[in-house]
Amino acid sequence: MEIMMAIIAGFLFSAATYLILSKSLLRIIIGTGLLSHGTHLLLLTMGGLGGKSAPVVADGVTVADYVDPLPQALILTAIVISFGVTAFALVLAYRTYQEIGTDNMDYMKGRGEID
Amino acid sequence: MINLVVLPIIVPLFIGTVLLLFRKSLLAQRALGLFGAAATLVVSLILLAKVATDGIQVVTLGSWAAPYGISLVSDMLSILLVTTASLLTLLVLWYSVYSLGEKRELSFFYPATLFMLTGINGAFTTGDIFNLFVFFEVFLMASYVLIALGGERIQLRESMKYIIVNVVAAALFVITIGYLYSITGTLNMADLAVKLGDIGSMGVISTVAIMFLVVFGIKAGIFPLYFWLPGSYYAPPLPVLALFGALLTKVGIYSITRVYTLIFTTDVVFTHDMLMMLAIATILFGSIGALAYMDVKKIIIYNIVIAVGVILFGVATFNEVAVTGSVLYLIHDMLVKALLFLMIGVLIFITGKTNLREMGGLIRHYPVLGWTYLVAVFALAGIPPLSGFAGKILILQGGLEGGFNWQSIVVALSTMVVLLSAIRIFIYAFWGTEKSFNSPPRASYVKRMVPVVILFALTMGYGVFIEVLMPLFQAAGTQLMDSSIYIDAVLGGEK
Repeated sequence: MEIMMAIIAGFLFSAATYLILSKSLLRIIIGTGLLSHGTHLLLLTMGGLGGKSAPVVADGVTVADYVDPLPQALILTAIVISFGVTAFALVLAYRTYQEIGTDNMDYMKGRGEID
Repeated sequence: MINLVVLPIIVPLFIGTVLLLFRKSLLAQRALGLFGAAATLVVSLILLAKVATDGIQVVTLGSWAAPYGISLVSDMLSILLVTTASLLTLLVLWYSVYSLGEKRELSFFYPATLFMLTGINGAFTTGDIFNLFVFFEVFLMASYVLIALGGERIQLRESMKYIIVNVVAAALFVITIGYLYSITGTLNMADLAVKLGDIGSMGVISTVAIMFLVVFGIKAGIFPLYFWLPGSYYAPPLPVLALFGALLTKVGIYSITRVYTLIFTTDVVFTHDMLMMLAIATILFGSIGALAYMDVKKIIIYNIVIAVGVILFGVATFNEVAVTGSVLYLIHDMLVKALLFLMIGVLIFITGKTNLREMGGLIRHYPVLGWTYLVAVFALAGIPPLSGFAGKILILQGGLEGGFNWQSIVVALSTMVVLLSAIRIFIYAFWGTEKSFNSPPRASYVKRMVPVVILFALTMGYGVFIEVLMPLFQAAGTQLMDSSIYIDAVLGGEK
């Protein structure tokens, strides 16, 4: 199961890399979204995928049955952070489009003018 | 007070939050903003005195025992950095009161700066690797706001690149933490050091160590990961640039120092040699950049890159003399870079230009700025009685003792490049034939010079009275080289 998840995370990373290296600003932001998905999936996988029961204290569940609760807390934190950053990046991309008038990264260099 | 360690993080956070309530009042923003930075400075000075007398201070949040809860650890290195960061934030905020302009000041400039200080102080203080990531994001988020604040075209363009680079770096950071967690099953730095020490040398641990070098190297601006730095730092207004140049890259340097002296010490031959090569390459490429430009901002920005290389050379040498020198040089570099950026700010304010070829003959009308700038450049290069000297001489001594002969020569020669690149600003802008500028009113020049001269006096004092401060730096060097002191302070309770 871990190998399967590692392959999927790797596929997400390669797709993210491909998108981040493209010219359009929105494709880059979609790439960062995929990148954070891959990251969170990897974090979950790295904590181990064993365990039968969700980490909530309940009757009739022994300690050995629980899934490792720590990676889930880490992922929850990382999700919120990447959500905040993505929201900021999207608004900034919108402002950049309004101000500079393009979403092509090729035109966003030098003195910032489109000739 | 047991919770003293938390105060340098809580105080700016709390005052920054209060500031959000008064967004229309310029007076409240300025007064509370300056008060917040000053209060942070005071509590960090108290904590510094505490650490100097009683050794490493540890707080475990919520009283959960060390490897299970989050511990905040204030050893000598971290409290020295926290104090310097708070001091510089205070002086830069004072400078920005006169220089930033009301519109920007009312657009959450002061809260964002205080939140950035929160994140920086937290990153210096934390003893948990995932908590370090969270504090990284705290100050990065604030720095995104600061770099885009004002919304000029160049700012929008460069902040977009800055955010993309840092998002990728943050994802890499989380991936690396995931790998480390799957190897050791812990996130506490002291516990990590113990567990990795038990495992010993293993290929996958060196891989993770290099991944951490990549992650923190992007923040610190080492070769070949400094590509984003010259462009992004060129965009924001000068007070923001001074904060970034003095503080942000230094968090990356601190993190490299921390993980490479505490956690990854089992395969030093591979990891520290890698760091050594990258440090030398960083110095070389920074030197090329510093000499290539005739633009005052670009020259000082590339000097940041050179200093990063010099400090990491000391860390990579990995003996007590060089590490002590690195800490000394790190604090010196924070002070002097903030000072130089503020001086460049006054220069650009007077002339209205950034190109050196369009300046000249300023020494007649602005002698205070001219001569203090010249002395600051000598301090940057490390002329003996001034602040850069003691750190660099220790780094070189440590480098020669460690057998890194030609690398030490490169570091020594980089001093020449630093001196040449920065003195060119003095020669072009202050000497030569006078050129006419729409000179601004004298009063606003004097107002801006007050915080600059205070920072200048502090930097000079740091160099001249280094003997008095030396015990602090020796303690920092000892604590860094002997990781058992740190581990015992954090995990000591249950052993």
